[in-house]
Amino acid sequence: MLRKTLVAAACLAVAATIATPALARDQIRVVGSSTVFPFATLVAQAFGRTSGMKTPVVESTGTGGGIRLFCAGIGDAHPDVVNASRKITAAELTTCKTNGVTEIVEMKIGFDGIVVASARAAAPMAITVPQLWLALAREVPNAQGVLVANPNRMWSDIDRALPNKRIEVMGPPPTSGTRDAFVELVMTPGCNAHPAIVALRAADAAKATAACAGAMREDGAWVDAGENDILIVRKLEANPDAFGVFGYSFLEENADKVQGAAVAGVKPTFEDIASGKYPVSRPLYVYVKKQHNGAIAPGLDKFVTEWTEDKTWGPDGYLADKGFIPLPTAERTTSRTDARAMKLVAIP
Amino acid sequence: MTDTSATTRARVAATLSRRYRTERIFRGLGLAAIVLSLLALATLLTDVVGKGYSAFRQTYITLEITLDPATLDPTGARDPAELLRADTQTPLREALRNRLPDVTSAADRRSLYQLLSPSAPFILAEAVAGDPSLLGRTFRFRALANDEVDTLIKGSISRDVPEDQRRITDKQIAWIDEMVEAGDITLRFNWAFFTGGDSRDPESAGILGAAVGSALTLAVALVLSFPLAVAAAIYLEEFAPDNRWTYLIEVNINNLAAVPSIIFGLLGLAVFLNFFGLPRSAPLVGGLVLALMTLPVIIIAARGAINAVPPSIREAAMGIGASPIQVVFHHVAPLALPGIMTGTIIGMARALGETAPLLMIGMVAFIVDVPRSVTDAATVLPVQIFLWADSSERAFVERTAAATLVLLGFLLLMNATAVYLRRRFEVRY
Repeated sequence: MLRKTLVAAACLAVAATIATPALARDQIRVVGSSTVFPFATLVAQAFGRTSGMKTPVVESTGTGGGIRLFCAGIGDAHPDVVNASRKITAAELTTCKTNGVTEIVEMKIGFDGIVVASARAAAPMAITVPQLWLALAREVPNAQGVLVANPNRMWSDIDRALPNKRIEVMGPPPTSGTRDAFVELVMTPGCNAHPAIVALRAADAAKATAACAGAMREDGAWVDAGENDILIVRKLEANPDAFGVFGYSFLEENADKVQGAAVAGVKPTFEDIASGKYPVSRPLYVYVKKQHNGAIAPGLDKFVTEWTEDKTWGPDGYLADKGFIPLPTAERTTSRTDARAMKLVAIP
Repeated sequence: MTDTSATTRARVAATLSRRYRTERIFRGLGLAAIVLSLLALATLLTDVVGKGYSAFRQTYITLEITLDPATLDPTGARDPAELLRADTQTPLREALRNRLPDVTSAADRRSLYQLLSPSAPFILAEAVAGDPSLLGRTFRFRALANDEVDTLIKGSISRDVPEDQRRITDKQIAWIDEMVEAGDITLRFNWAFFTGGDSRDPESAGILGAAVGSALTLAVALVLSFPLAVAAAIYLEEFAPDNRWTYLIEVNINNLAAVPSIIFGLLGLAVFLNFFGLPRSAPLVGGLVLALMTLPVIIIAARGAINAVPPSIREAAMGIGASPIQVVFHHVAPLALPGIMTGTIIGMARALGETAPLLMIGMVAFIVDVPRSVTDAATVLPVQIFLWADSSERAFVERTAAATLVLLGFLLLMNATAVYLRRRFEVRY
């Protein structure tokens, strides 16, 4: 009995290894940003339901990792679409070209707001971008304009008008696209606006750039809270003195638990992020490999069509319902026309 | 003589109470450790069950619905493939409007339609495709309610908070209350959770896709690693010469068992995907990677079990003329099997909970279709839990906990199978 079982198991093992899979793909493969992931999956689901084709597989790999996979080559093994929470860089386009990926279609799809939120129980907060930098940067200039380890312990140390509470902010770790965007939209501009840094830049530009590269405090005032934004929401609930940094969609879904701080006098609302008034927002992109349309990924053009319907990405679309910030109407129209015509990105 | 025995007795008497005390403290500490771990387990289970049990029930809105064959099936062919794509949203909305005829303004109607799940029309279309005789009839249909309605009914959203802080409006609450009063909004057992794949709508998200993915992945891993590991262990214990090479191999196996799992994922990416060109996100590749990961664990456990078989049994078998292979397969292996099984189940349980190596080979993904073969795109239970835990929708909180319960159930089932097999094959002398 035992012997038979062992022999049968061994046969199965051999069969499983030998059976080479037929590799023709019948579904679209999407990789990329974890910020775009919740929206891309909605589009994929709607596409699967209405097109009669299999629902595309959407992987959350992060923007950088996704573009690397996307640019690795042409063929069944490589993804057809990459979601990005930033524009593709020239270096990445060059990699793409080297690997034969020469026909890339760029779709700007919408915006993502990054909010600085606190518990509902806390008093509403209003803050500016330079103040956020002074609160969170590892090194800030002292009264003499010399860079020192950040001495600000309380919000009121930065500005008398801010509350007399300890600085405690939880946010995404360095691997996150949200972190990159937060550095790019808050830390670097906040730094560059500081008079001492302006003076430093005149004297030593490289040193000023290094100071503004977005190094966060490591003395407990800034806490890397992992990629799980829901966890930050729960921690904020438990600690009304703390702040959290995360994407707008989590604020929208948990509006009964957390509130967004006004940045530069603007509250993070749907309208103000869409209009660009709220300063901490970034564009989101989707890149499509035109060479895969048809033979390798059937229905890729229809997937682009699904993305660019007004019922999808419009102000009343199903993405907006989940906290997605659409493009202004004019820009949406150009983006749609270009995407449906499969207008290619110029590769240097 | 009496002197020495008297002093010995005195010395024993002097230390006796101390020795008893140490004994008591040791036992107490052991007991405390067990109580502590039981408490931790109880807390975990209470938390998961407390959060997750509500996901096993789902809110439905019962509507009087009329399906017009002229619009739904203009050709009259009753072709299921066509019927699946028919516009079932319009009759559903019409039924909802008829249910609450007082709602007239366009904006109000839009928020009324939001009570229904975006999946509801597709469920209706499936029902019609399955039974085309529904066309042209008026019948009561249990339409899936939206996740916001569901969380309100289950009490996860408080209606006391101001209107701008929740996603459901006062008007919608009034409509819901009216329908609850009439018995048209009900909580029913959530079959869809066990029979469906993943979805971005929490109300229609199911665990079956991930469970099947886990089962396929583990099957591949087990089928590959168990025979290989047992063969390796038997060879190393019973036949291998005692030299430097054997020693080197042993050290390497022990080291491999302690390698972080993400390394195996990188290996899988480099070897199985990039070199052999196997498909991304496939349970086949996941199983291969997990097999590599569990192989050393099973080898070590199997070697221990084989080593524990008393030499007298081997000698007795040899003595009556058994060949070395007969000794191993008739006598040693059956006796070692319970230990090997235990090792296998530990290895498999670890494999069941892995997400890190699967990230590399593309199994951390949103996949709606339930996989049918080991080369279909699939995800696994822990990944599904992670993806739901990371979703912003409130209704996914209970689903995350419910998926955890399913994962625990899966583990119990695996353990039970192992216990059964162990009983079945166990040989006692």
